[in-house]
Amino acid sequence: MAILIFYIIIFVAAFYIVKIAASFTKSQDDFTSLKTVTFGDESAVSPNRAASIISVIAIFAIWAAFTGSKLIPIHVPGPFIGELTFNYTAMNSSGQTDDADVTITVYDVQSGVIPDKLDIEPGDGFALNDTDQIITYRSGLVKVQKNDVGGKDKSYKVVAVNGQEISPEQEVFIDNARIYMTKKGTLSVTPEKGWQMQPVWLPAPETVWSRLVKVGSEGYKNFTLWEHLGWSLIRVVVGFLAGAIIGIPLGYAMGLSGWFRGWFDPIVEFMRPVPPLALIPLVIIWFGIGEQGKIILLFLASLWIMTISARAGVSGVKISKIHAAYSLGASKWQIMRLVIVPNSLPEIFTGARVSMGVCWGTVVAAELVAAQKGAGMMIINASKFQMTDLVIMGIVLIGIIGYAIDILMRISENYLVPWKGK
Amino acid sequence: MKGLSINNISMRFDLKNGSSVQALKDVSLNIDEGQIITVLGPSGCGKTTLLNIIAGFLAPTEGKVVLNDQIVQGPGAERGMVFQQGALFEWMNVRSNVAFGPRMKGMSKAEQEEKVKHLLEIVGLADFEDKAVYELSGGMQQRVALARCLANDPDVILMDEPLGALDALTREKMQGLVLKLWKETGKTIILITHSVEEAVLLGERLLVLAPRPGRIHKEYELPFAEMGVNMDLREVKKADGYTETRDEILSIIWEMEEEIMGRAEDN
Repeated sequence: MAILIFYIIIFVAAFYIVKIAASFTKSQDDFTSLKTVTFGDESAVSPNRAASIISVIAIFAIWAAFTGSKLIPIHVPGPFIGELTFNYTAMNSSGQTDDADVTITVYDVQSGVIPDKLDIEPGDGFALNDTDQIITYRSGLVKVQKNDVGGKDKSYKVVAVNGQEISPEQEVFIDNARIYMTKKGTLSVTPEKGWQMQPVWLPAPETVWSRLVKVGSEGYKNFTLWEHLGWSLIRVVVGFLAGAIIGIPLGYAMGLSGWFRGWFDPIVEFMRPVPPLALIPLVIIWFGIGEQGKIILLFLASLWIMTISARAGVSGVKISKIHAAYSLGASKWQIMRLVIVPNSLPEIFTGARVSMGVCWGTVVAAELVAAQKGAGMMIINASKFQMTDLVIMGIVLIGIIGYAIDILMRISENYLVPWKGK
Repeated sequence: MKGLSINNISMRFDLKNGSSVQALKDVSLNIDEGQIITVLGPSGCGKTTLLNIIAGFLAPTEGKVVLNDQIVQGPGAERGMVFQQGALFEWMNVRSNVAFGPRMKGMSKAEQEEKVKHLLEIVGLADFEDKAVYELSGGMQQRVALARCLANDPDVILMDEPLGALDALTREKMQGLVLKLWKETGKTIILITHSVEEAVLLGERLLVLAPRPGRIHKEYELPFAEMGVNMDLREVKKADGYTETRDEILSIIWEMEEEIMGRAEDN
C-alpha cells in the first residue's frame, strides 16, 4: 500500500516537474505542438521519452528505497536495530510490587555479526533486570519472571510495562517495539519492523546484481547461466521451427483445398483454444520430462498458430491478384510460388511473432514443472531454497530475452516483408 | 475470323436459398480487332460478370465467347486484364511486375529487360524499374498495371474500372494514356466504367447495359475516341455532340437507377 502511494506521488510529481522543465525549453517547430486540439486526437499522442526514463528510474528507486539498498542515500525506515530498553512492574504472591529493567539487543542476522550477551547488574528487590536478543523482523518471548525471586510462583505476575498496566492478551507500545502479553503471562516483544521489505521477500537491486555476477561466473546446479538460458532458447527455436515446418504447409493446404480444410478444421479449431500449459501433464506422461517432451510441447504450441496464420494468409489474397496472374499466363504452381506464398508472408510473420512469444512462455512454464536445466528450472529451484535474488534475476533475464526475441522478429519482418501494411 | 464474338451469353447464379439471379441474359456482341469499347450501366447490371466471362474466370450458363476462332474455356494470356487498384504484386518491384507475363512465357532475362524498359517508357515511368510498388502513387500504380498487361502482348485488353480509384486530374491524364496506348498498339480494348464521361470519351462503341436481367440496352457509335488520340481531352469535350450524348446516356442511367430504387422500396 505504501509502495503504491509512493509510486503515484512520483508519477504525479514527475509529470509536473517535466512539464515545468519543458516550458523553459519549449520548441514550437513540430506539427503536434502546433495543434490546438490534441485531446482525443490519437495521432497527437506520442510516448513522452522523459516519462519512460523516469518510469524506469522510479521502479528502481522504489525498489532500492524499500530494500535498504546502498545504491541510493534515502530509504524508507528500516527495521529497528540496536538496544531496546523498558522496565516492568511485577507483583509477587504476597501482593508486593517491584520494578526491573529489560535490555534487548535487536540485531540483523544477515550482517553475520551476532552480538555478545550483555552483562547487566541484577539490580535490587525481588524483580531482577533481564537481557535478551532478538533478530530483526522476528519477535521474541522474553521470560522476565524467570530470574526473579519467587518468579516461579503461580500468582507471580507482570502487571505493568513502562508504567502502563498490562494483563494477558493485551499489548503496550514502547519506543521501537510492541509488547504483548500472552495468555500465560509471558511478554512477547516485537521490535519495530519499519517499512522495508525483508530480503527473503525482495532483495536489494545490488544483491540481485551480485547474484547475477556470481551465477554468471560459477553457474547454478551443474550448469552455467548461459547453458540454462541457452537450453531454453534452443528448445524454443527447435519447437517453433518444427511447428512452422508442419504448420505452414498445413495452413496452405487448408486454404487451398476443401478436403484438407474439412479434415483439419475440427482438429485445429479444437486444439487452438487449448492452452499449451494444459498439455504439460499429458506430454510428461507420454514423453517423460526429457528434451523430447519439451520440444513436442513447444511444437504443439506453435503448430496451431502457424497453421492458422498460413491459412489466413492464403484467404487474404485479393482475388484480383490471382486473376491477374492467371490472365498473365501463370500456371497453378507459379501462382502458388509467386503470388500466394509471398502474399501470405506478412500474416505468417505476425503468426511467427505471436508463436515465438507463446513458445517462450511455454518453455519457462514447462521447465518450472520438470527440467534439469533451463531458465524456468533455475528460478523454481531457487524459490525452493528461498533464494529470492536468484528468482528475481531469472525473471528479469526471461523478460529481457522475451523482449529481445520480439525485437529481432520485428527487425526481420521489416527487412523481409517491407510491403506489410502498405 | 479475327476478333472477339460473344454469342448469346446468359449467366444465372443459383443462390443458397433456392432462388436464382439472372445476371446476364442473351448478350451477343461482335467486336472487330482494334476496337475500343466502353461498357456502362447501373450497379448490379452484370458489367463485371460479362468481363469475367470474357476473361475466362467464369463459365457462362449458356452461350460462348469466341476469340480468333477459338472458344474461351478459361483464363489465358491472349486476354490481358487491368483491374482497379490493388492487383499489382507488392512483393515485386516495378520491373518484376511488368516482366511477370514474359517470365511466365519463359522469355530470356535480356528480352524481359528490354521489354520492361520499352513499356515503362511508353506509360511514362522510365527509370522507375527498381521502385517498390507501394512507393508509387495510385496513378503510377495503374500505369504499371497497364504496362504489365501490355508486356504479354494480348489480343484483347479487358479493363475493369481501371481508373475508378483515381482522383479527377490523374484520371484525365490516364484517359489520355489509354487512348494513346490503344492507337499505338492497335489492341482490342473493352473498358468497364461507372463514369459516363469516361465511357463517352474513350469508347468507339459504347454499350449501355440494363439490369435484371443484365442485357444490352442501347449501343452508340461515337467519334470522340478517335478525336482524343490527337487532341487534348478537354478540347474533345467541347466538340459537337459530346454534351448531348453524355446527357442522353446520363438520363438513361438515371432512369434505370431510379427504377431499381423504386423496386427496392416496393419490396
